[in-house]
Amino acid sequence: MAAKAVRDLSNIPSVIEMRAVNKWFGQFHVLSDINLDVKEGEKIVICGPSGSGKSTLIRCINRLEEHQAGDIVVDGVTLSNDVKNIEAIRREVGMVFQSFNLFPHLTILENLTLAPIWVKKMPKKDAEEIAMGLLNRVRIPEQALKYPGQLSGGQQQRVAIARALCMQPKVMLFDEPTSSLDPEMVKEVLDVMIELAGEGMTMLVVTHEMGFARAVADRVIFMDFGEIVEQNEPEEFFANPKNERTKLFLSQILHH
Amino acid sequence: MTDSLPTGERRQLAPPLIERGALGWMRRNLFSSWANGIITVVLVVFVGSILSSFLEWAVFTANVTAATGSECHGQGACWALIVEKYRLIFFGTFPYEQQWRPLVASITLLAMLVMTSDRRMWNWRLLVIWSVGSFITFLMMFGQIHIPLSLFLAIALLVGGVGMSLRKAIADAGEMNAYRTLAAIGLIGLALRIAGILPAWSLDIAPLSYVETGLWGGIPVTLILASYGLVFAFPYGILLALGRRSDLPLIRALCVGFIELIRGVPLISLLIMASVMLPLFLPSGVTFDKFLRAQVAIILFAGAYIAEVIRGGLQSLPKGQYEAAEALGFNYVQKTALIILPQALRVVIPPLINTFLGFFKDTSLVLIIGIFDFLNTANQALVDPNWAGFPAEIYMFAALIYFIFCYSVSRYSKHLEVELNRGTRH
Ligand SMILES: Nc1ncnc2c1ncn2[C@@H]1O[C@H](COP(=O)(O)OP(=O)(O)OP(=O)(O)O)[C@@H](O)[C@H]1O
Ligand SMILES: [Mg+2]
Repeated sequence: MAAKAVRDLSNIPSVIEMRAVNKWFGQFHVLSDINLDVKEGEKIVICGPSGSGKSTLIRCINRLEEHQAGDIVVDGVTLSNDVKNIEAIRREVGMVFQSFNLFPHLTILENLTLAPIWVKKMPKKDAEEIAMGLLNRVRIPEQALKYPGQLSGGQQQRVAIARALCMQPKVMLFDEPTSSLDPEMVKEVLDVMIELAGEGMTMLVVTHEMGFARAVADRVIFMDFGEIVEQNEPEEFFANPKNERTKLFLSQILHH
Repeated sequence: MTDSLPTGERRQLAPPLIERGALGWMRRNLFSSWANGIITVVLVVFVGSILSSFLEWAVFTANVTAATGSECHGQGACWALIVEKYRLIFFGTFPYEQQWRPLVASITLLAMLVMTSDRRMWNWRLLVIWSVGSFITFLMMFGQIHIPLSLFLAIALLVGGVGMSLRKAIADAGEMNAYRTLAAIGLIGLALRIAGILPAWSLDIAPLSYVETGLWGGIPVTLILASYGLVFAFPYGILLALGRRSDLPLIRALCVGFIELIRGVPLISLLIMASVMLPLFLPSGVTFDKFLRAQVAIILFAGAYIAEVIRGGLQSLPKGQYEAAEALGFNYVQKTALIILPQALRVVIPPLINTFLGFFKDTSLVLIIGIFDFLNTANQALVDPNWAGFPAEIYMFAALIYFIFCYSVSRYSKHLEVELNRGTRH
């Protein structure tokens, strides 16, 4: 829990910049005027009611969703429709999904090494070495030769984190990584994420785990109706929410 | 037995005698109620009587040695007909004293199929198996093979090009140079050949007498039409299925149009079109072998059906698999080849094998354009006036051969399903 230290972020370069980003699903305005700067090493927790656009926001960063207005700059590269450009950004951005999305036909080790070998053209031996190192870090090296279907949910999600890390990304996006886990498995995944935060990874995490936010986040963002309603350091955010909608939301999730 | 248990352990009583062994099984499964018992008895009597009269005909009163059909009449099955005609049934009108050649070709084809069914071969070895196997098969069938220089050059270009692009990251400098050299030789050679500077040389392998496709028949024809039909239709069906889900509207429309068109007409009409209409569209003087035309028609037809089967598999994959692949930075080809297709094909093995078996039997329709596959050569055996009047024997025999083949394939598909799912199930 010592992952967090109060830091002055103003001089640190941004890894992600979102400028007046807007997105519609048909007529439905899911993201309106999103402005967001993510500094190198910064950990941001995004929360908000269901349907508020949290997933859509982080999925725009690696172009799983396409935004229609505004600019998104990742690591100095502006997202465009150019396939090469999108693939370049995806190599720098790791993503962890709510439903793990491991490849069920491959072993755990193959799940981890496939992208480094084919996308980064890394020799197989090196890729396997890195993969085993990461499996050690997420504490399941003994599962390397099993298939995803043979692992528990918590183990699968840790594999998914290791798989994303295998590409040595600059930023990690997490979309509700613990929401589909049984309660007793939530901690093992959060522990891995806290450790990752302690190592200085830049992280954007959509989650309702407020304990995690308190322990790790530099900033908590509250979204509602496709807008960033409020953002603050976690202590302030939880102690003195300014906006009525934030207050209502916090009272709902903290008391259930 | 129960009293020999060590003390302290829970006493395990044996089930009552009536529940044990064969008697118990029968009681539970065949006579579990009055109605069940009656159904069992009726069925046993029914099946037994059919079976006994069949055996009476097929075995006990059968004639295996008759010299002509008239000796057979009035008895049981006339298997003598099969003994007399098996060469015609298996190899059709292939020159009689040369029929060891289609025999070797058929064995080669079967060996290729058996080797292909082994999952350990599913890599570059498949290419070797099918190249060598095809060479032997067609050398045996034709007796002579002429390989033009341009084919060698094209292969050099293909191998070099594919090697350069696929092994870019993995191969060392020496291997890459080999690919580059191959590709360069192929490219320059082809250019010179087209410009007319290189002569029209061809490698002639002609150890045997030439036998044209019109004389082919029987087992090798069925095997060739079915296996090459499926070997080419499979990748082609995959491309059609992927095209049908493409983001590009033009490609999508083309694939949908093609699939629906082919699925909307019977194979027979396609075969007739290939044999009668295709020559009308070709410039005069250009001819296509009839056998090749039938083969192409079968490939086109099977491809459309396979595409639809594979589409089902593609649709069964959760969206998350595509997203995870994209988020990791895979491009379209990598995503499709490494993540989507391996999973989609696994799902569709049973319907795919079903389609394969359908086409194996459907090759008989080539009779309509005058090609004699196995079922049709069997039919030919009935034409001899000396042996008139024994269709049951012939069709029974043909059915048995088809059954042996189809049943093996069906067992294999079961086995493959289990093997591919091993470990991946929860
Ligand atoms: N592909 C899509 N097409 C149309 N509407 C969509 C699509 N994806 C999401 N939406 C809608 O956009 C809105 C925002 O979705 P999003 O998934 O970003 O919400 P969220 O904040 O992540 O919610 P949750 O907490 O339920 O995951 C929702 O109302 C959703 O119904
Ligand atoms: Mg969501």
